[in-house]
Amino acid sequence: MAYSDKVIQHYEKPNNVGNFGTTAEVKERKDVGVGIVGAPECGDVMQLQIKVDEQGNIEDARFKCFGCGSAIASSSLATEWLKGRTVDEGLEIKNTQIVEELSLPPVKIHCSVLAEDAIRAAIADYKKKNGLEEAG
Amino acid sequence: MTLKLPIYLDHAATTPCDPRVVEAMLPYFTEKFGNPGSRNHSFGWEGEDAVDTARRQVASLLGADRKEVIFTSGSTESNNLAIKGAANMYQKAGPGEGKPRGHIITEIIEHKAVLDPCKRLEKDGFDVTYLEPGPDGVITRAMVEGALRDDTILVTIMWANNEIGVINEIPEIGALCHEKKVVFHTDATQWVGKAPTDVNKDNIDLLSMSGHKIYGPKGVGALYVRRRRPRIRLVALQEGGGQERGFRSGTLNVTGIVGLGAACELCAQDMDSERERLLALRKKIEAKVMSELDVVQINGHAERRMPHLTNISFGFVEGESLMMATKEIAMSSGSACTSASLEPSYVLKGLGVGDDLAHSSLRISLGRWTTEEEVDYAADKIVEAVRKLRDLSPLYDMHNEGIDVSKIEWNAH
Repeated sequence: MAYSDKVIQHYEKPNNVGNFGTTAEVKERKDVGVGIVGAPECGDVMQLQIKVDEQGNIEDARFKCFGCGSAIASSSLATEWLKGRTVDEGLEIKNTQIVEELSLPPVKIHCSVLAEDAIRAAIADYKKKNGLEEAG
Repeated sequence: MTLKLPIYLDHAATTPCDPRVVEAMLPYFTEKFGNPGSRNHSFGWEGEDAVDTARRQVASLLGADRKEVIFTSGSTESNNLAIKGAANMYQKAGPGEGKPRGHIITEIIEHKAVLDPCKRLEKDGFDVTYLEPGPDGVITRAMVEGALRDDTILVTIMWANNEIGVINEIPEIGALCHEKKVVFHTDATQWVGKAPTDVNKDNIDLLSMSGHKIYGPKGVGALYVRRRRPRIRLVALQEGGGQERGFRSGTLNVTGIVGLGAACELCAQDMDSERERLLALRKKIEAKVMSELDVVQINGHAERRMPHLTNISFGFVEGESLMMATKEIAMSSGSACTSASLEPSYVLKGLGVGDDLAHSSLRISLGRWTTEEEVDYAADKIVEAVRKLRDLSPLYDMHNEGIDVSKIEWNAH
């Protein structure tokens, strides 16, 4: 399968790889929202973590991904786009924008859907921890 | 010596033609182009002689008589001819008689070129038992014996598996079939040319093989059909000029057949030393990977395996990204992730390998021109790639934190 240059760039040098602590640690941190989506038997698991400041701005984002090159690129791109947004602005990232940016072929659209799901899950986790209203 | 990239480690998929094979073939494209079926001029005789020589070369590799070799277009055709041809010849009842036409035994991790003809026969009124191997992937005589019925007419079990290289109990199963007077076919595509074969000692009635897996050309193969004790008959699939004793009509592919014969002769020449050499190289890759990485599993039986092939699963990394990270090395992945279906290998699933590990497996198969340098390079690259992907893998983190990833309830899409 031929990958687009942007997918390859992200795959070779992914941005913001990592986390803000172990699974147990981030669970306790109110300033960190965690989203884990996908399933190993489907060949994709995406973990996205956002670190939010007191004003509700996403000051940092990290990811880890078990998945194909497109999944890795989609999550890397998601962390890039999340940084500097407010949590509500984070929800405006749509999978179609990821598809466009990375020129994903039709068989890889699920990777972008997964990235959008991971963003939503991470923001929902942050809101839940802080007693904020759940997004849609 | 500088290493030439990419490195080809997918010899179970196909092999390059040996230049000596190509050389043997060349005259038969141009000056020696006669049709072996032309009985009344020298052009035809020349073609016939060439086919006779090739038939002898193939028979010799199999321990067969040359009259028992039927040339085909490859293993898929050989399998179809053997399985459908034997089922239709030895059926207990005709179609539409409202009773089972006969019972066939095969196994779930056969190649599709065996499974699909069996499924076709099932639709046409035959009963088929699909044996399930244990985690080691081996089909034993006892398993076949347990499935035999009074109306069993055909057993078809591959000699060596194409994805994991596991070797089944072929001579033993053959002996059983002969005791019970059941026709025995084996798809020996991955075995012949790489390991000693003797259709008489190994009790085989029908054997499929292919040219391009043994450094011969694509588009040519053979089916061994036993002529004595017992004499096996088949209903032909293809009708016409009655070539190949009526088993396979159609003008003979003389160039391909000459190439197949030459390839067989070359395989026979240094089979033993080649086996030892490839086994040492395979063990080197396996040792390197096993010593440098954790959560790695070599699939299939530890000893009953082809020397040139290994199938390794790497926990917590995904197959397609692993292929991408090792793109300078041509290997097969256990998952067909590039297709829209995202199906992990049915062979690995058949062994009970979990979907997660089946997705992250590599089949590495070595060949005649594989060097130690290439193997070392590949092993290093694989280790490096797995480490890189595990740095990215949330599952590997969880594993290291003591979380059992298989116990998590995932929200599958």
